[in-house]
Amino acid sequence: MAGMTEFKTGESNFFTTKFEEILAWSRKYSLFQYPFATACCGMEFMQTASPVYDIARFGAEAPRFSPRQADVLWVVGTISQRQAPVLKRIYEQMTDPKWVVAFGTCASCGGFYDNYTTVPGVDKVIPVDVYIPGCPPRPEAVLDALMLLQEKIQSGASGAPLVVPPREVPKLAQLGVNKRQAIGATAVYPEGTIK
Amino acid sequence: MSKAVISKLQSEFGDGILEKNAFRGDDEVRIAASDWVKVATYLRDEQGMDHFIDLTAIDYPEREPEEPRFDVTVSLRNHDTSARVRVRTRVEDGASLPTLSTVWSGANWAEREVWDMFGIPFEGHPDLRRILMYDQFEGHPLRKDYPIQRAQPLVAYRDVPRVAKLAPFGVEEGQPFARIDWAARLDGADAQVSPSIALQSGQRRALSDSDIHHGDAVAPASEE
Amino acid sequence: MEPADDIIESEDTALELPSDPMRLNMGPSHPAMHGTIRMVLDLDGETIQNVDIQPGYLHRGFEKSCERGTWNQVFPYTDRLNYVSPMLCNIGFSLAVEKLMDITIPERGQYYRVILGELARISDHFTCNGASAMELGAFTPFLWVLKVRDWIWKVLEQETGARMTHSFGRVGGMAAPPTETFHHDVAALIPHIEQVTGEVEHMLLHNRIFLDRMQGVGNLDKEHALAMGCTGPVARSAGIDCDVRRDNPYMLYDRFDFEVPVGTTGDNFDRFMVRMEEVRQSVRIIHQALEQMPTDGPVNHPDLRVSLPEKDDVYNTIEATIAHFKLVMEGLKPPQGEVYSYTEAGNGELGFHLVSDGSGTPYRVRVRPPCWYNLQACRSMILGDMLADIIPTFGSINMIGGECDR
Repeated sequence: MAGMTEFKTGESNFFTTKFEEILAWSRKYSLFQYPFATACCGMEFMQTASPVYDIARFGAEAPRFSPRQADVLWVVGTISQRQAPVLKRIYEQMTDPKWVVAFGTCASCGGFYDNYTTVPGVDKVIPVDVYIPGCPPRPEAVLDALMLLQEKIQSGASGAPLVVPPREVPKLAQLGVNKRQAIGATAVYPEGTIK
Repeated sequence: MSKAVISKLQSEFGDGILEKNAFRGDDEVRIAASDWVKVATYLRDEQGMDHFIDLTAIDYPEREPEEPRFDVTVSLRNHDTSARVRVRTRVEDGASLPTLSTVWSGANWAEREVWDMFGIPFEGHPDLRRILMYDQFEGHPLRKDYPIQRAQPLVAYRDVPRVAKLAPFGVEEGQPFARIDWAARLDGADAQVSPSIALQSGQRRALSDSDIHHGDAVAPASEE
Repeated sequence: MEPADDIIESEDTALELPSDPMRLNMGPSHPAMHGTIRMVLDLDGETIQNVDIQPGYLHRGFEKSCERGTWNQVFPYTDRLNYVSPMLCNIGFSLAVEKLMDITIPERGQYYRVILGELARISDHFTCNGASAMELGAFTPFLWVLKVRDWIWKVLEQETGARMTHSFGRVGGMAAPPTETFHHDVAALIPHIEQVTGEVEHMLLHNRIFLDRMQGVGNLDKEHALAMGCTGPVARSAGIDCDVRRDNPYMLYDRFDFEVPVGTTGDNFDRFMVRMEEVRQSVRIIHQALEQMPTDGPVNHPDLRVSLPEKDDVYNTIEATIAHFKLVMEGLKPPQGEVYSYTEAGNGELGFHLVSDGSGTPYRVRVRPPCWYNLQACRSMILGDMLADIIPTFGSINMIGGECDR
C-alpha cells in the first residue's frame, strides 16, 4: 500500500494502474452511505433501499451514520441556511476518498424554495459529484445516479459535470381521455399478481 | 356550543369584548391586549377550554398608524364539548403582549415562533428565543416588509464555476402574475405587479408598466 | 436551554458525588432524529435530566412563499408539509379555501378525496410504525411496510401521476377524475394491506425486546397533553378521545362507520397500537367509500370561477377561455375574510388559518402543524427516561420535519 500512495507522476506502471482499477472497482461496489436525510426526498431514499427497488444489489445499502466511516454523502432533501454549517462540518469530517450526491432538486438547486431560508443548491456549500433532479426523484433515477457515480469512481474522473442524456427516448404519451386505451394499458393489479 | 361560550364571554366581560364575529361558522371575539391573560384564564377555568389549538399573528402594515399593526389570535377547544373559540387582539409594532404559556403550556413554542417570525415579544415568557430561524438572523421574516428573497447565509456561498445554473426568480423575472411587490407597495409607490389586479384595486399603474420591461415605451407616472 | 421545571430526582438518578450533568448534543444530523431535530441533553449517566428540543432546521418558508402566488399555487407547498401523507395536506388546504369560499364539491369528488386520503393515512401510519421498529432493531417489518407503501404509491401514481408529492388537490375538487381502474386497483390492494398489518403485528407484538422498549416508556399525561395542544395518535394514546373526523365531521365522514382507538397510558406502545388500529379503521372506511362512491359524475365544482374548465371547452368556447385565463393569471378570488379550517391529518389536527384580502393572492396562510405541538410535548415524555429511550419515543411521535418546521 505504501508504494501506491507515494508514486510520483510519470512512474505509473502496469501494476499500479491495474491496482488502481481494482481499488476503484472495489470502492464503487461497496459504497457506504451517509444519508444526510432532511426532507421529503428521504421517503424516496427509503423506497430505493426497500425491496422493490433494492439499492443493495449495487452494494450500496450500508448506511453509516458516522462521517468517519462513510464514503458517499447523500444529501437528501432541502438544506436550510441553518443546516448549512452542519452539512459543511459533516462533509469536512468525512475521510477521503469521498463523494457527494445531491439528491433531489432542493439539494441540487434549492428547488422551488426561492426564499430567505433555503440554500440554493448544496454545491454552494460543498462540492457535489452527482446531481439527481426530481421532486422527489423516482427510485430508478436514484439508481441511475448511483450507476453514474460508480462510473465516475471507476474512471477516476473529477472533471466538469455534464448533463447526461436519457438512455432511451420514450415515446410521447398521447394526450386526451383515451390515453390509456391508446397505449393498451391494463389495470395496475391484474388478479393474482401481488405477491 | 361555541355560541354559548361567546355569550358567556360577553356577559362576563361586557365591554371588554370589542367585536364579535362568526364568519363561515368560526366564532371569534376581539379583545384589548390588556385583557389578554384575563380572558384566557377565564376561558380555561370557567369554560373548560383546556385544549390549546394554535396561537399566531397576522401582519397588517397598511393599517398603521390608525390601528395597531399586528393581530394576534389564539384558537382554543373544549375537549368535553368540542366547542371552539378564537380570541384575537391587536398589538402595535414594538409593543409586547403578556405570555399565555402560564395558562396553557402549549403556547410556549407558538409564542416563540411569533416572536421569531413577527418580532412580537411576549412578557413573562420563560425562554423567548428564536425557534425556526437561527440566532444570527436579523429581522423577522413573516413581516410584509421583509423581502422573501433576502437570504442571510451562515456559510459563505462557494463559487461553482463549471456548473451553469440560472438565477432563481426574482419579483421582476419570470411570470409576474399575481405577485405582489410588497416593498414597492409599502413605499407608497402603489405598484402591483399584475396589470389587471392593479386596475381592479384602483392603482394607477403596475410594476410591469415600468421601465424595467418596456424601456421608454411608457411614460413614467409622476411618482418615482 | 429552558429550565427543567420537573427535574426528576429519585434514588436511582441521584448523583452520588456532586457533579455537573453531562451535556450531550443529538442532531441535527442524526439517524434517529428523522432528519433535522437537534436535542441538547443534560445527562446524569444515562438518565435525562433536562432537554432542549430545537426544531427549525428544515424551515423552508412555507407561509411566506404562499404569499407569492395564487391560491392554487400553494398545493405543491402543502404536499411537502407532511410528506408521508401528502394527500391529506392537499385535501386539508383545499377544504380550507372551500370553507372560505363557502362551496362544497360534488359527492363523487368527496368520496375520491376520502379514499385517497385514507390511503395516505395508511402509508403514514405504516411508515411511522415501521421506522420505530427499525430503530429498535427490527428491520424486517420495516421492509414489509415499505413494500406496502410502494403498492399504495403505485395506485397513487396511477391516479395522480406522481408517487409522492402529487399536488393533486385543487380548490373545488381534484386535478383529474378517477381513472377507470381506480375501484379495481384499490379494492385489490386492501386485502394485502390487511394481511401485512397482521404480519407486522405478529412479528413485533410477541417480541420481549420490543415490548420492553415500548411499554412504559415515554409516558404522556392526559392533562399535560391537552394543555400542550397534542392531537392525533399522540393525544389519543394518552386517553384523549378526539378525532376531527368524528367530532366535527367534514367531507362525508359522518356516513362512514368507524371507531377511534384510544389508549390509556400514553406510552410508546399505546401510540404504536393506536396507529396500527387506525390503519384497520382506515381500511374499513375505504371499503365503505368504495361501495358508496358513485361511478360517474363530476368531481369538481361546476363554477367556472373556481375550477378550471375542460380543455375541450377552453379551446372551443370563449367563456371557458376567459375563465381559464382569469383563474391562471389572477387566481381564484375568495371573499375577504379569515377562516380556520381543520382536518384530521396523519399526525392529528392539521389546521389552516387563512386570511384573504379578496385578491387572488393569499394574504396569510398559517399552518397549524400537529407535530409541532406533539414535539413540544416530547420533552415531558423523555425527561427522566434514559438516553436510549429517546429513540422509540421520538419515533412514535412521528415528527415530520416538513410539517413541523414548515
